[in-house]
Amino acid sequence: MNKKAWVGTLGVLCLLGLWLLVGCSKKETPAEQPAAPAAAQPAATPIDPNTVASVSGTVKFDGAAPKAQKIDMSQDPACKGTNTAETVVVDGGNVANVFVYVKDGLGNRTFDVPTQAAVIDQQGCRYHPHVLGVMAGQTVQIKNEDQTTHNIHPTPKDNREWNESQPPAAAPIEKNFAREEIMLPVKCNQHPWMKMYVNVVKSPFYAVTGPDGKYEIKGLPPGDYTLAFVHEKLGEQDQKVTLAAKDSKTVDTSFKQ
Amino acid sequence: MHRTKEPALKAVATPYNRALHRFAVFTASATFVLIVAGALVTSNDAGLSVPDWPTSFGYLIKVPHWVGGTRFEWSHRMIAGFVATFTVVLAVWTWLAERRRWLRILALAAFGTVLAQAVLGGLTVLFYQPPAVSAAHAALAQTFFCIAVAIALFTGRRWVEEVPRVELDTRRPSLITLTLLSIFVLYVQLILGAMFRHKGMSWWPHVLHAAIVTIVLTWTAVRAVSLYSKIEAVRRPAVILLSLLMAQLCLGFMAFLTRVAWGHDAVQPELPMVISTVAHVAVGALLLATAAVLAIQVWRHVPVAFEEPVPSGQRKPVAA
Ligand code: HEM
Repeated sequence: MNKKAWVGTLGVLCLLGLWLLVGCSKKETPAEQPAAPAAAQPAATPIDPNTVASVSGTVKFDGAAPKAQKIDMSQDPACKGTNTAETVVVDGGNVANVFVYVKDGLGNRTFDVPTQAAVIDQQGCRYHPHVLGVMAGQTVQIKNEDQTTHNIHPTPKDNREWNESQPPAAAPIEKNFAREEIMLPVKCNQHPWMKMYVNVVKSPFYAVTGPDGKYEIKGLPPGDYTLAFVHEKLGEQDQKVTLAAKDSKTVDTSFKQ
Repeated sequence: MHRTKEPALKAVATPYNRALHRFAVFTASATFVLIVAGALVTSNDAGLSVPDWPTSFGYLIKVPHWVGGTRFEWSHRMIAGFVATFTVVLAVWTWLAERRRWLRILALAAFGTVLAQAVLGGLTVLFYQPPAVSAAHAALAQTFFCIAVAIALFTGRRWVEEVPRVELDTRRPSLITLTLLSIFVLYVQLILGAMFRHKGMSWWPHVLHAAIVTIVLTWTAVRAVSLYSKIEAVRRPAVILLSLLMAQLCLGFMAFLTRVAWGHDAVQPELPMVISTVAHVAVGALLLATAAVLAIQVWRHVPVAFEEPVPSGQRKPVAA
């Protein structure tokens, strides 16, 4: 009788465990996607270099800029220097870290994916840059220059999620993102304040505003475009612009809290 | 009305085993420490700071670079390893030394729960914290805690040796129904809180449901204290339940302020947020375990008086 109870209970437990495993893994397995779609890349649509135009401008902040919060990094002595939150960075009314890209107007054009890697550097327990633009399929190289272990954990909506740790002096991690995705958050679970955003687009026509709020997108074929200005906190603003051959236009915008 | 009856849950006379009881209390206490350690992991967003599982940075027990989120995640894993080991010992010991068959099965169930809990913990790391899996890990943690507390209670001297003072319950809903309802609403509250904490749901269902929890728990505790205050085994957990509820409401309010109202854009980690949310999780676990103890004691001391099956023609209405 006792032996029977033993075997029965164990059997039920094993079944339960198995059911849990199967049930959970089935539901939660992220959709796999090819790591590098570069092989199947169609040839880029040619652009006449003699007609290309450019657009540039400044992103401003309306009203009083929020004060940057100081970050307490004392939980890891290897995190040296001062650090302030980069959620909204405004200097003299100019907004940094705005991702500007051609959202619409390029039609079915395709573009070569740059062979050069985009670099994310972890230094002073912060990401450099805070906002990065890359093309889908472009290599992203992640370096750790700190004397501490970081983990790099993108939390995408449309791309594959991954999480890898990188001890001090480890080789750079190389990855790419296969699908277009704007403001894809990347974080470090060792240092919860560390956060940055990767923007994955299909064209090379993008820029990130610097501390002076300025951006410039060059080499655009003439056409009617929608420019999107995206900020991690302040949201998105779209603006239309028509570029004739060799035009050089200015498109400014401003954000409010 | 005051009739004594053969105590429930005590079919086999069992000698008090002091060492086993002490070990059960120790395991339950270690589980509470583990719940606090787990809450620290979530509040510090450190769940994925160690990306691999069941190894930690490739090793089973090598102490890693002691910084940042790893400190929380790695200690949580190690304490969990200890608690799992204690549970194996407890299960084997109970199996060998205990005469009550149901208690031996409960100890085995504790072992099964700890295994399932380890699997859920692993899945949440390997699948990058899907809210449902992380919330299930949080809920099963407290379920395990309740089982550990129950084993400690059942192996206690009082439980084994006392002749329970029994009063029949004629009120409807009966006190045992109320205590079971308390466990149910607390469990729902736990799941709602865990789903919010793990970003699978908004905060408002948890906060709204807190009103229901407050009503049900107060009703239960007030009924227990007002009618059965002479039964210490019932009065004590009922008073503790009510006090913990008050504390939990305050802590919930603080967790809400630091996490939702002020903490929305805060640069983590924010100490007040970590302290208030961890305390809220810990007191939540104590509340659930207290409700379980109350239900067990009510089952033992305040059994429901059933109506005699009387032919329907002669049936008289019974006062509620
Ligand atoms: C009525 C009794 C209550 C109980 C038993 C309770 C229980 C819990 C539990 C167990 C958790 C954590 C779940 C986990 O382990 O992940 C939680 C989370 C939470 N609860 Fe409650 N709660 C109660 C009332 C409240 C109230 C009144 C509020 C707000 C006004 C509140 C706000 C929160 C918040 C904000 C969290 C998430 C904490 C975080 O983000 O880390 N709770 N609650």
